[in-house]
Amino acid sequence: MININRTFLVGLRALAANKLRSALTILGIVIGVAAVVSLVAIGNGATSDITSRIEGIGTNLVTVSPARFQPGRGAAVQTTRLYYSDYETIAATGEYISKIVPVYQSNLTIKHADKSFQVAVAGVTPDFASVEAYTIGLGRFLIQSDLTSVKRVAVLGSQTASDLFGQQTAVGQEITIDGITFQVVGVLQSKGSAGFGNVDDILLIPLETMYTKLAGSAALDGGQRTLSNIAISANSPDIVNDLIAQIEFILRHLHKIPAATELPFSISSQTNFLNTLSSVTQTLTIFLGAIAAISLFVGGIGIMNIMLVSVTERTREIGLRKAVGARKLDILVQFLGETITLTTIGGVIGIALGALVAFVVSATGLITARVSMGSVLMAFSFAVAIGVFFGLYPAYRAAGLRPMEALRYE
Amino acid sequence: MNIIQTQALTKKFQIGESTVNALNGVDLVINKGEMAAIMGPSGSGKTTLMSILGCLDGPSSGTYTLDDIAVESMTDDELSQIRNRKIGFVFQQFNLLARTSALENVMLPLTYTSTNARTHSAKARAALEKVGLGDRVDHHPNELSGGEQQRVAIARALVNDPAILLADEPTGNLDTKTGASIMDTLQHLHKDMGQTIIFVTHDLFIARHTERIIRITDGQITSDEVNKNPVKAGTPRPEEK
Repeated sequence: MININRTFLVGLRALAANKLRSALTILGIVIGVAAVVSLVAIGNGATSDITSRIEGIGTNLVTVSPARFQPGRGAAVQTTRLYYSDYETIAATGEYISKIVPVYQSNLTIKHADKSFQVAVAGVTPDFASVEAYTIGLGRFLIQSDLTSVKRVAVLGSQTASDLFGQQTAVGQEITIDGITFQVVGVLQSKGSAGFGNVDDILLIPLETMYTKLAGSAALDGGQRTLSNIAISANSPDIVNDLIAQIEFILRHLHKIPAATELPFSISSQTNFLNTLSSVTQTLTIFLGAIAAISLFVGGIGIMNIMLVSVTERTREIGLRKAVGARKLDILVQFLGETITLTTIGGVIGIALGALVAFVVSATGLITARVSMGSVLMAFSFAVAIGVFFGLYPAYRAAGLRPMEALRYE
Repeated sequence: MNIIQTQALTKKFQIGESTVNALNGVDLVINKGEMAAIMGPSGSGKTTLMSILGCLDGPSSGTYTLDDIAVESMTDDELSQIRNRKIGFVFQQFNLLARTSALENVMLPLTYTSTNARTHSAKARAALEKVGLGDRVDHHPNELSGGEQQRVAIARALVNDPAILLADEPTGNLDTKTGASIMDTLQHLHKDMGQTIIFVTHDLFIARHTERIIRITDGQITSDEVNKNPVKAGTPRPEEK
């Protein structure tokens, strides 16, 4: 019978007898496993970083805006207008909608003291903050009474606030937008860059105030109020596509657009974008992991090399073991046991080293590396599999030696 | 009662195109409790005979019965078991595992048995006591003299209580004095414990330490004589002419 414990003990003893060589052999596996663990951790970290940034914009967010076509080489032309009545119809009939916000946006000149510049001024409703995932930093956000009373109040994006006021407190100050005085009631928290320009570079005012005090006839089309876009927060990310289909149906009906014609509106969701991005980062992670796996494979070849040398060196030992009663299987198990012991130790050290590298990378603040259980298990089992695979041939050679010839080997 | 019985044992080796008959019909009977020496010039087939008697190799033809077991047609694994349980081997070069204590070296054959691991250490100690190395159990081979190393090897051969102890030039690597101490150990095992011993030597003086001297030439036994007055170990070697 084979005693597994004893086999590994014999293996460990043989490895301990050659400490330096065992250590050098393990090094290949250590580096390979550490590379797999740390690179996959960095890849995963990058993926979740990007994902969480995009989720910061809101995964449930669906934006409806008039499409901009580019006929020939000319400038983009807006062919259709989005009406306030469209918003009302969608809000009334859409069943997957959690919150819906009509937006009229225009680039206007704002002014405070000696500072003056153009900024995207958006007329919105109070739900805008939650739909677009903004949080208020200082002061308050717009409230319903701001709209009903057509108040001249403004909420500044964090970038706009610092451009206009620098280090000073913005809340309570007065600014002018196209010459009309507004009071700053709140400043938004920074959302950071989400990959679509700076979302902190905005200024929000009540929609009603926008229409009546600022936009005037520019916002009207045939007497109807128009919108720049409609921001919608879906009930859940899963029904975003259903919602998009529903909105398209409503818009085709309202604007009498036949099914054959291309929809002159853009109905876009973050989910689509997110899916594309995460598939890109996942590919990147797999790519990094594959490169690391190659180094693990090279480490395995190193192990086979050393084990073949070891078999040659210990030919007489093998002969002796056979002479005193070791069967083929005993020798096979002994040498396989040695390689598996080597790769197991290398795997454990490699995981620790990989985790350490991931920790150091995270500590530098560049990327939050995430050591996943999956990558640890994969790297470890891959290392052990390499031990079996590359150990099998040397072990098989050792087991096949004839005792008499092995004993006489010089 | 015989321990070893061979009939018409032959062994052929294919060397390139030609076939070499290393053994050419060997009939040999060794009785229980005997101590015998096999002598012969190099190339005579004595080592081949030893490896077949030691179940390290099988014969090309003929029969070999060891302790009432027919071993000539056994598989590799079965031969391993026979070597483990029935045979103790002592080599000219000791063949101890380096960086391993005397005790662990002696325990090696027990590793390949199904006996309780807890008894192994005691068994190995007892075997080392038998060869007079009770105080050297923890020494590594490089801390032992040549004679002591060979005695560790003898203890290793004895640890499974083999039916027969086979030794291949056991004193070949040792000086005269140390050689004598090994012969003393073997004679002690033979006389006081009834151990059956066969060894190969090319040294007539060493062969005379046994009661039976078997000479082999060209793969055949040419003489098989009884030595009525074995040399007692430690007796000075007679002056060479």
